[in-house]
Amino acid sequence: MSILVFAEHDNSTLKVDTLKTVAAAQAIGGDITLLVAGYNCQSVVCAASKINGISKVLVADNVVYAHQLAENVSLLVLELAVDYEHIIATALSTGKNFMPRVAALLDVTQISDIIAVKNSDTFERPIYAGNAIATVQSLDSKKVITVRATSFDAVATNGTADIVTLDIANDASISAHVSDELTVSERPDLGAANVVISGGRGMKNGENFKLLEGIADKLGGAIGASRAAVDAGFVSNNMQVGQTGKIVAPDLYIAVGISGAIQHLAGMKDSKVIVAINKDPDAPIFEVADYGIVADLFDALPELESKL
Amino acid sequence: MKVLVPIKRVIDYNVKVRVKPDNSNVDLANIKMAINPFCEIAVEEAVRLKEAGIATEVITVSIGNKSCQEQLRTALALGADRAIQIETDENLDSLNIAKLLQKIVKEEQPQLVILGKQAIDSDNNQTGQMLAALTGMPQGTFVSKIKVDGDKVYVTREIDDGLQTLALTLPAIVTTDLRLNEPRYASLPNIMKAKRKPLTVRLATEFELDLAPRIKLLKVTLPASRQAGIIVETIDELIEKLKNEAKVIL
Repeated sequence: MSILVFAEHDNSTLKVDTLKTVAAAQAIGGDITLLVAGYNCQSVVCAASKINGISKVLVADNVVYAHQLAENVSLLVLELAVDYEHIIATALSTGKNFMPRVAALLDVTQISDIIAVKNSDTFERPIYAGNAIATVQSLDSKKVITVRATSFDAVATNGTADIVTLDIANDASISAHVSDELTVSERPDLGAANVVISGGRGMKNGENFKLLEGIADKLGGAIGASRAAVDAGFVSNNMQVGQTGKIVAPDLYIAVGISGAIQHLAGMKDSKVIVAINKDPDAPIFEVADYGIVADLFDALPELESKL
Repeated sequence: MKVLVPIKRVIDYNVKVRVKPDNSNVDLANIKMAINPFCEIAVEEAVRLKEAGIATEVITVSIGNKSCQEQLRTALALGADRAIQIETDENLDSLNIAKLLQKIVKEEQPQLVILGKQAIDSDNNQTGQMLAALTGMPQGTFVSKIKVDGDKVYVTREIDDGLQTLALTLPAIVTTDLRLNEPRYASLPNIMKAKRKPLTVRLATEFELDLAPRIKLLKVTLPASRQAGIIVETIDELIEKLKNEAKVIL
């Protein structure tokens, strides 16, 4: 069997999630090819060629793939699809965007967000915000799959895969990139951080999220938020952890002023150790926390920061 | 321009789902159902486009048995002009849903189709993208801002690293993210008025599509549960536990 894995990157850095998606591909078993589609993405290609377990890296470096528009990337993958039984991407914003388009063009359905591989056509995936796990079998000849990276362990990066340059430029000419407004942060990426400290509605306003920053800096962690905090306008949506936000599984997750709605738990309950700081002793977050402390966060946070 | 809004009937988002004892599926008997929250945002956005004089007609469509008429009536109460129910007792895969919607798009010729980015039951996040592929339209997914200007729609998308704005040539597909808008509550007069708005029932079989399932559900189980841990009394105790027991900080 042959498997095509789509690399997630921003034209300069390969996302570590791709290493986890390759691990999912290995669990399926077969000859694994990685596809890097982008523009001026040599550094990504270089990093990609070192991924263990892949036989080659296909490179489509063209201005039409600069922003990985779904309309253009799906045509590229469609053209390559004939050679592969499995087409796999990480369930991050790029993969979630273009992969269902590939599936429909191939007249197959997509298996979204898998967390385990049973065999080459059977997978486990969370449904109902992770409150149930479905085991599903694909009946299609080709499998189009997105992978929840946090459920797989990254493969090593001391390999030497061949690099094959593709001369394919598909421009659907129905969409165009206008602008990006990216959040610049010195802290690690939410999805990749070993420590995540998140604030909820209990933070009261966006200004108070500063209280989390010192702790995040001391622990080398990222800062997240619950949907309630995002909805209330405290912080931007790309900090949202939960069913419809980001899925994280760090070594340490600190939930501050977060009650623990099922939609939030869906995004963080696979964390290794969970700490909850909340003044309501009945908050459901304490039911999943390894260590809970019933306290006013405005007292607890400065003390925690000073003592770390 | 016409705006089409496909919607889905799902479990109410406040209800925690139960798994059937035989692990065949989740148990939805006597469970409170509602319009999928992202679909509700889609309806709201379409209605706002109409109120702004951009959309001329808002058509909502849902696929399922007769019970989904309840959610179509909700959409009508929120301000949609008419509704279409595609009647089927099957629980169709996303691809088959997209194929049926493609037929409606062909008939109605909307300039904009607005869908929820994902349904909170199956959590697939794929129907809108699939419909875009089948209709050959551009797509703006996970959108928090829509601006129609001439023959283009400008969409701001919520992506992992921030926001991205794209220009899509109409007709186009948009899927909604949470921050696009805050849906209104349907007023009682509007709920009454919605009962008299047109609702057409079509049969899924009349579209002559192969709607055979593409996915077999083998079983549904509960996720591994987490045991509640301990309550510590002081920050000092917390730090001590994290250092020496959990060993997650130095």
